[in-house]
Amino acid sequence: MAKIIVPTPLRKFTSDKSSVEVSGNTVTSAILELVNQQPNIKKHLLDENEKVQPFIRIFVGDEDVSNDEMDTTPITETTVISIVPAIAGGSVNNSNN
Amino acid sequence: MEQKINKLLLAFSAETTMIMINDATEIFPDECCGFMFGREEKGVRLISEVRSVTNQKEGDKRRRFEILPLDYMLAERYADESGLDLLGIYHSHPLHPAIPSEHDRVAAQPFFSYTILSVFPEEKTIIRSWRLNDNKLFEEEQILEVISKEN
Repeated sequence: MAKIIVPTPLRKFTSDKSSVEVSGNTVTSAILELVNQQPNIKKHLLDENEKVQPFIRIFVGDEDVSNDEMDTTPITETTVISIVPAIAGGSVNNSNN
Repeated sequence: MEQKINKLLLAFSAETTMIMINDATEIFPDECCGFMFGREEKGVRLISEVRSVTNQKEGDKRRRFEILPLDYMLAERYADESGLDLLGIYHSHPLHPAIPSEHDRVAAQPFFSYTILSVFPEEKTIIRSWRLNDNKLFEEEQILEVISKEN
């Protein structure tokens, strides 16, 4: 089974598990199985359209996989998928940068 | 109205405080950023180690910071290998108060402590820390006295 690495801030929604094993043929199916196994993580991972939220990135190995690519990115039993929160911020609200 | 989280308190080792302040003042007027590691015991987060990381924001680093996903993954790996927990992120607000902006809030993750250092030239650096509540709003954490290494 493929493995999904859960980042520290989301582990309280996976019963403190740092990784979850999932089946599936694509990244999308793996993510949906994670949500099925650990439903509390859903609102922190997916938006209302069941797409990965803007401030969450999904990596397969070292490769950043966008929402558009998840349906077509295959996984195998040895695939490691990492959920990576985007860490950003700043002091001023009204900036276009 | 600001609200303290009484059930979750934060304490820094003296060394970690110095590292964060030095980072914030050396990188001024840009924003610094880094990871905070430690343990949570009896409702108190003890930050025993911090690791500075390069602000990779393209554009105005004086008002924005960004940490690369690879750096984040390395921080998680370091926590696993060192037996510590990745407990939060620190960054500086040059010439601004240590209060999270809306930009900070939108990007913030649950669980993490978000520690902000307010830096003004010739003034004492102010450190405050914040955490998202279940409504995705920041609430201020209470920072206990700095824990000296001897303790």
